[in-house]
Amino acid sequence: MITKLLLILFTAIFIENYIFSKFYGVCPFLGVSKDPATAVGMGLAVTGVMTVSGAATWLLYRFVLVPFGLTYLDTLAFILVIAALVQALELFLKKMIPSLYRALGIYLPLITTNCAVLGAALTGISDFEGTLEHFASAVVYSFGSALGFLFAIVLFAGVRKRLESALPPKAFQGIPLALISAGLVAIAFSGFSGMRF
Amino acid sequence: MKKYLEILKDAAITKNPTFVQLLGMCPTLAVTTSLLNGLSMGVAVTVVLICSGTIISLLRRLIPDSVRIASYIVIISAFVTAVQLVIRAYLPAVDAALGIFIPLIVVNCIVLGRAEAFASKHTPGEAAVDGLGSGLGFTVALALVGFVREFLGSGTILGGTPLELAIPFAKPMLFFVLPAGAFVTLGFVIAAVNALRRASEKRRFEKEKKL
Repeated sequence: MITKLLLILFTAIFIENYIFSKFYGVCPFLGVSKDPATAVGMGLAVTGVMTVSGAATWLLYRFVLVPFGLTYLDTLAFILVIAALVQALELFLKKMIPSLYRALGIYLPLITTNCAVLGAALTGISDFEGTLEHFASAVVYSFGSALGFLFAIVLFAGVRKRLESALPPKAFQGIPLALISAGLVAIAFSGFSGMRF
Repeated sequence: MKKYLEILKDAAITKNPTFVQLLGMCPTLAVTTSLLNGLSMGVAVTVVLICSGTIISLLRRLIPDSVRIASYIVIISAFVTAVQLVIRAYLPAVDAALGIFIPLIVVNCIVLGRAEAFASKHTPGEAAVDGLGSGLGFTVALALVGFVREFLGSGTILGGTPLELAIPFAKPMLFFVLPAGAFVTLGFVIAAVNALRRASEKRRFEKEKKL
């Protein structure tokens, strides 16, 4: 059981990295990766929301949507859960850890429309459907995918810091250069895809 | 009529969602392994944009300001679910190719962006035309990236085999179909569009200077 969970974790972080191999959450990845400090903040906030929403949506699907035959409403139900969680996290941080709330401020609402969160919830129910034993796998999967997102965004913030001093042709300035650099990082990540267990 | 054409042009070209506003990057990178996949994704998003834009515009005076984003998301996800069920029933091949990226249209920033920036402030007719324009702009962008990746990566156009016919011994480069190729191709396509836009702006500037 433990080995299986560790494998799911490792696969989610490296082999099937959300940014570099599955393209979930590329918008916030390109938007917030300009500075390493904010990248860490955004990555941590996403990790928190994704892990909790992964657990909550799995339970909702298994114990509400499946028994009532409402599985076709999964997207709608999950996005509401995610929006509510983000709102709750916002209120919690505002009350309990105001310093972190101020630091993350504008990034919190953005998490609702981060497709990594909804993507992890939908993959969680399709890949780990069934008994409660799969519940642990689904939660570990969500957590690992979020760590992969955090890893990618922090790593790439370092790369973009170096790109600031580069002098590309005018047409390549900004996003095109960032995309091509992300492509080079993705080549490095594709090395992991050779690892199969 | 002229007003609608203006909205259409503005949404599709001047404010092209992919090339100018840089929104909706996830599907642009993920589903463009072939021209057909790019086109189908573009059409699906266009349908959602038109329907959700019209409904949000009709309800714009009823939705309280504080819960507007949540309301938009519910309206959008209803249409996404409808589109998903239609595709699954009639086009199973498209459903298999696009997979999870059909439900993920819900969190596509283009759809929510147009709802917030345009549909909530204009009449239903204008909102529908704006949805059509944004959708067309997005579809063209996806088709362009999909065409480049399919031609270079698999050596085909819409599944045919013209690369080997045109250049004997030419071999397709698998790199462009892989995830890394998606980032690199999109980077070069956006850079090319930037170069064209800069050139046309320069021409217009010089024309105005002459006058």
